[in-house]
Amino acid sequence: MKDPQQVITDATVRLLTKAATELPDEVETALREAYERETNENAKTQLSAILKNLEIASTGVPMCQDTGIMIFYLKAGYDFPYLSEVEDALAKATRKATENVPLRPNAVNPIVGGNSGDNTGEKIPWLNWELVPGDSLEITAFPKGGGSENVSIVGMLKPGVGLAGVKKLVVDNAMDYMGKACSPNIIGVGIGGGADISLKIAKKQLLRPLNQRHPEPEVAEIEEELIEALNATGIGPMGLGGKTTVLDVKVDYAMRHPASLPVGVAVQCWAARRSTATISKDLKVEYITHPLEGK
Amino acid sequence: MAEYHLTTPISEEEARKLKVGDVIYVSGEHVYTARDEAHERALEMYEKGEKPPVEFEGSVVYHVGPVAQKKDGEWNIVSAGPTTSIRMEIFEDEFLRNYKARVIIGKGGMADRTLAALKEVGAVYCSFTGGCGALAARGLKEVRAYEWSDLGMPEALWVITAEEFGPLMVTMDSHGNSLHDDADDQVSTKKAEVYSIIGVEE
Repeated sequence: MKDPQQVITDATVRLLTKAATELPDEVETALREAYERETNENAKTQLSAILKNLEIASTGVPMCQDTGIMIFYLKAGYDFPYLSEVEDALAKATRKATENVPLRPNAVNPIVGGNSGDNTGEKIPWLNWELVPGDSLEITAFPKGGGSENVSIVGMLKPGVGLAGVKKLVVDNAMDYMGKACSPNIIGVGIGGGADISLKIAKKQLLRPLNQRHPEPEVAEIEEELIEALNATGIGPMGLGGKTTVLDVKVDYAMRHPASLPVGVAVQCWAARRSTATISKDLKVEYITHPLEGK
Repeated sequence: MAEYHLTTPISEEEARKLKVGDVIYVSGEHVYTARDEAHERALEMYEKGEKPPVEFEGSVVYHVGPVAQKKDGEWNIVSAGPTTSIRMEIFEDEFLRNYKARVIIGKGGMADRTLAALKEVGAVYCSFTGGCGALAARGLKEVRAYEWSDLGMPEALWVITAEEFGPLMVTMDSHGNSLHDDADDQVSTKKAEVYSIIGVEE
């Protein structure tokens, strides 16, 4: 009989390792396409460095020194038998990956100062739980870099400004921070709910595969308009000019209060690291974004 | 645009030759990492008349919090892409005036106070592509010391021997030019076009 905590820990160590060293295929493809499309010399130089960097990283080196703050998104089946093991297993895996990959210790105590040294501590790793039907567990490791996180915002708009006001907030924010968030970026937008809900929705959009549009045509249209507008800014890779400011924009929403129009904007750098696996109730692990060799 | 291969310590004259758009590669022993807290500490020491553990004059100061690993008793830099430089804007002008570093490396560019100090002191700011930590680590050959380790791995002062570290693009020079300011101006001319795509009036 396998030890469930061991299985979850080992799988999560692999998720963290792969996330740090290899982008999901479609993100790398999008960066290659951007390189082909660019004509601006500065943009070509930046994207070529990024592609060369990915090649070196794939030998097992973290692609970026900022290996992020550890966040997990969990889809837990109501009938997955080992839910009580998960929290400990994820913390253990975080400590192990920090040492082995290695990852940069990024967990700092904001009250008394000091770095825990192993990427764990009060509420970190942060776990986003979602309960779903079924008997398996889906784990997504989402190590989030600080540079792009620093330009994420929430805007409490007046409902009268409408969707045009929402789009303006996203565009103004990008023109304000320019390339400081390591563009080309992926931008998640969450509309409605409340201040916290809009940001949660926004950040979750960063998990959606690139080039997949929202199923509702009205939302998909906002995504497409924002992609066009942001790429027309000429901010370009690393803010040094060019056609590719964003690789994608993802939008989703929740119902809002009549008096409020909250908008969360989450920003992701080009190092859009995420890695997903599912674990069945009989402890079989399937890696989704970074499949095992030969599968 | 020219390409230069410089060895530390870098002289004021060498630094003043560099212009925005130039690409440089750096080698030598005077390469240090410094982020917010290391800048702050260096300035405090200057104020108290204390000597920092390294010679900053003629040096290359890299805004980075590296991932480093200790193997067989020696530290290695594993991944070391630049951090956002504008956070250091509150320290950099005074740091440059006090310590005469010649090359500051980071990402995203810096603002007017730093630009003025680069001009006064004879130094440049270079951009290294953000996030390219694996590529950067190739040029950072040897860790000679891990100073101010109490600040933690990202904030400490790493003392490094570099070999052909680059490509570094000069984006702010000692002649008052900033490619970052140029890019900002360029983007502001596009604002009306961008707004028209989303149906907003300027």
